[in-house]
Amino acid sequence: MNPSPIVMTRKLHADVITDEVARLCMEANFDLGEDVLRALREALEKEESSIGKEILGLLMENAEIARTQRVPMCQDTGFAVVFLELGQDLSIVGGDLTEAINEGIRQGYREGYLRKSIVGHPFARVNTRDNTPAVIHTEIVPGDRLKITVAPKGGGSENMSTLAMLRPADGKEGVKRFVVRSVQEAGANACPPLVVGVGLGGTFEKAAYLSKKALIRRLGEGNTDPELHHLEEELLEEINNLGIGPLGFGGRVTALAVHIESYPCHITGLPVAVNLNCHAARHKEVTL
Amino acid sequence: MTTSIKLTPPLSDKDISDLRSGDRITISGVLYTARDAAHKRLVELLSKGEKLPFDLKGQIIYYVGPTPAKPGIVIGAAGPTTSYRMDPYTIPLLAGGLKGMIGKGHRSPEVKKAMEKYKAVYFAAVGGAGALLAKHITKSEIIAFEDLGPEAIRKIEVRNFPAIVVNDLYGNDLYEEGIKKYKR
Repeated sequence: MNPSPIVMTRKLHADVITDEVARLCMEANFDLGEDVLRALREALEKEESSIGKEILGLLMENAEIARTQRVPMCQDTGFAVVFLELGQDLSIVGGDLTEAINEGIRQGYREGYLRKSIVGHPFARVNTRDNTPAVIHTEIVPGDRLKITVAPKGGGSENMSTLAMLRPADGKEGVKRFVVRSVQEAGANACPPLVVGVGLGGTFEKAAYLSKKALIRRLGEGNTDPELHHLEEELLEEINNLGIGPLGFGGRVTALAVHIESYPCHITGLPVAVNLNCHAARHKEVTL
Repeated sequence: MTTSIKLTPPLSDKDISDLRSGDRITISGVLYTARDAAHKRLVELLSKGEKLPFDLKGQIIYYVGPTPAKPGIVIGAAGPTTSYRMDPYTIPLLAGGLKGMIGKGHRSPEVKKAMEKYKAVYFAAVGGAGALLAKHITKSEIIAFEDLGPEAIRKIEVRNFPAIVVNDLYGNDLYEEGIKKYKR
């Protein structure tokens, strides 16, 4: 047998990760993505209600103030949700990856004057005062790069999110009914116009994860599976027919987009998760 | 922009009874901020018969937890938070003389009924427009529960702060009416 070859792995210092996470926390909160702004402009053309139009205009004006004055667009600067795509050939040196990310959150939320919205225990509810810990989702991928997406998630829309373990017999119609009902029950609470993330299939936790991951897809990019893309469009139409409108005062635009992410599932089940996001669909990414 | 009704707290029963669901209002003067954790404490104080950090009579509570102020500005982003979370604490405050609440989203049937009973209204501010709404806040001071951080009670002064009447004294609910009009 040959001796194991020496493999040179690429190295990335933990301090670089900290700096980048701090920057992404601020950028995500100050600078609403061009895709969302475009969707808001298109919504303004579709909207028929006068108050609905007025609100869409105010939301765009708000985004402009946030971007130019570098202040958060919303006072809820979110739970720091971090998606990692970690190349299997990359070696993190000089520190613990999780701690490097949390230190980035700490610095970003302090330097950006962002709100610290995390309590240390669900019952004791004492604020951790630095917005840590983050919620970190890691996927190991081929290659030697690290892609970091920081997606600050507001509590108002998160609270209105849902999950159901449907029966296979419920099928596509059952999924549609559940998604539309979830948006209807959220009503004005989740700050429409919404981005609706749907996780379809997998297991209980996989569906929830996919519904969150669906929220970081760029608006305007449909699912690559034509059947699922068609379902996204059908759902968007049904949701907009609910009449909830911008901020729930009635109108044509209740959602800007529906994104579905799917995964194979067990013969017994049809899990579906609905993660709602307000119009502030915030996420910024970097590849290191 | 529709003409709006100007309000300055403290509000009287007459001020409240003139308001109708869908009315645009602008508020100038003092508001008190409180959200989940502060509400819990306010209601605990009331149940023990202790004095509250501010007199509720005629006042408006704004459901907000602002971001920290950058140096040189009054307050950070300061838009409304979702109101239903305050429903479990609202009725004792209404009984104590609170006249208005500013938030976003739906209220419980019990709270709506209590608003009619105690003559109070519920306003919505523009959810998600925290940077914009902060421009209407001219002063901000923490007056209680500083340990709660963003959830501390602040006395804020506002100028032409825009809001809309959701629930009035006559059983109207702007959210229900809006949906009826546009549902297909």
